[in-house]
Amino acid sequence: MKREYDVLVVGGGPGGAYAAKTFAEKGYSVLLTEKRPAIGVPVRCAEGVGKKLLHEFFKPEDRWIAAEIDKADIIAPDGFKMELEPERAGSEVGYVLHRKIFDRDLIWQAAGAGAEVQVKTRAVSPLMENGAIKGAILEQNGTSHEVRARLTIAADGVESKFSRWCGIDTTVPLREMETCAQYLMTGIDIDPHATEFFVGNDVAPGGYVWIFPKGEKTANVGIGVGGDRCKPGNRPIDYLNRFVKSYFPDGKTIELIVGGVSICQPLPCTVADNLMIVGDAARVSDPLTGGGIYAALYTGKLAGEVGAKGLEKGDTSSRNLMPYDKTWRESYLGKALERNYQIKEVFVKLNDDDLNAIIHSVAKMNMSDFNTLNLIKNIITANPKVALKLGKAGLKNLIDSF
Amino acid sequence: MIEVHREICAYCGCCVSVCPEGALELVDAYLDIDTNTCINCGLCVRVCPLGALEAKK
Ligand SMILES: Cc1cc2nc3c(=O)[nH]c(=O)nc-3n(C[C@H](O)[C@H](O)[C@H](O)COP(=O)(O)OP(=O)(O)OC[C@H]3O[C@@H](n4cnc5c(N)ncnc54)[C@H](O)[C@@H]3O)c2cc1C
Ligand code: SF4
Ligand code: SF4
Repeated sequence: MKREYDVLVVGGGPGGAYAAKTFAEKGYSVLLTEKRPAIGVPVRCAEGVGKKLLHEFFKPEDRWIAAEIDKADIIAPDGFKMELEPERAGSEVGYVLHRKIFDRDLIWQAAGAGAEVQVKTRAVSPLMENGAIKGAILEQNGTSHEVRARLTIAADGVESKFSRWCGIDTTVPLREMETCAQYLMTGIDIDPHATEFFVGNDVAPGGYVWIFPKGEKTANVGIGVGGDRCKPGNRPIDYLNRFVKSYFPDGKTIELIVGGVSICQPLPCTVADNLMIVGDAARVSDPLTGGGIYAALYTGKLAGEVGAKGLEKGDTSSRNLMPYDKTWRESYLGKALERNYQIKEVFVKLNDDDLNAIIHSVAKMNMSDFNTLNLIKNIITANPKVALKLGKAGLKNLIDSF
Repeated sequence: MIEVHREICAYCGCCVSVCPEGALELVDAYLDIDTNTCINCGLCVRVCPLGALEAKK
């Protein structure tokens, strides 16, 4: 480990890896520091990602792909199943990855591009000089190292402590923390090419249960519930155990995964002097689906591109890094986050009757008419009560957000 | 006082993200609590997917 780099990346998830790779490819000296001893483990993910979205970055390697998905089923609280074929399921269909392999390969790519990687090396505080961030203090093997950098990338995931130490409030409100538990199960009877989502206040209040196949008879079976609904005896692990007991009584659990996804709005600003915040740390995971792989890759890459321009100019002030913040907000990602936040705010208020009504009416819709305005019209005509509940403001939000 | 039941905790970081005081930190595979900054608000206890945290009088 040297004492000085152009760029210091804190965190070795997809966001950090892609940022490190991008900077290194442009010829900058990069140190990526990851506090865990191994990249990508333990897994904190259901591993689903849209095909088109992933192809935006690379042609996926076969070894990353556990399953290819061609349809999604949504199961209403009353047991009614709505099938979403690819045209309707949009980015929700695609691949189920092996994140252990995927994350490690991304680090491999960053290292291949010239980035230095240190594992079991934790950033413990930023290095501040005259009020500006100038790198970080890293702890490795019980020793502290001061590492100076012209630009620091906070890619430290959902915990997001680095930005907090820099004075940026990253606290996630309890109700907007989706708290999750998941089993990797085998010996279960599933469709290996369909994802399934169960909604309802009995199975997953303020969230959903997912089944993401990882090959024949094997799947990630998980659940996320709103943090405010989590209570002793009704924690994610309890809901998951009940679900599994009734759906897959003979299944075998070969891995336990726990974690949290923020479903709040993104940080109000994702740059500061000499600092850029990417991925989960910037709170850019999708508030409706909880997906954050794409967002981490996208923001990681963009940070690399915009940050490199700043380094080239010798100006990494927040003003000069601002195009990063502006670009992602105006991108497909930024718009999807905004829209899905509004939908999520409505979704978490629905009771089981509302959910049943909505899913039944959507299922009846003709696919060629499937657009949001039609969807909303349909919901209103079929379920005036639901419409009332959403209220004028809710509906307007929903319509405006598309 | 917040107590971590290490035999239950699977170091996922959920609690870290909701702590308004930044009093929690995941150090590799264990959770550290800074008792000087903790204000005993109990949010971390609520959010834990496994129930590994306990508020003690
Ligand atoms: C249960 C669950 C299911 C999910 N399912 C999906 C899904 O199906 N599809 C999807 O797209 N997304 C899903 N997500 C979200 C997805 O996992 C994240 O959005 C994604 O991993 C974010 O990538 P990242 O690079 O921002 O952060 P992470 O992948 O979290 O990487 C951050 C890294 O930073 C390290 N770190 C933290 N602090 C420090 C420090 N101080 N010093 C050094 N290193 C540090 C961490 O150890 C970690 O390795 C799910 C999340 C959970 C919890
Ligand atoms: S939320 Fe629970 S399981 Fe996760 S790190 Fe905190 S105490 Fe451990
Ligand atoms: S009780 Fe509140 S302040 Fe204390 S560690 Fe938990 S969340 Fe943080």
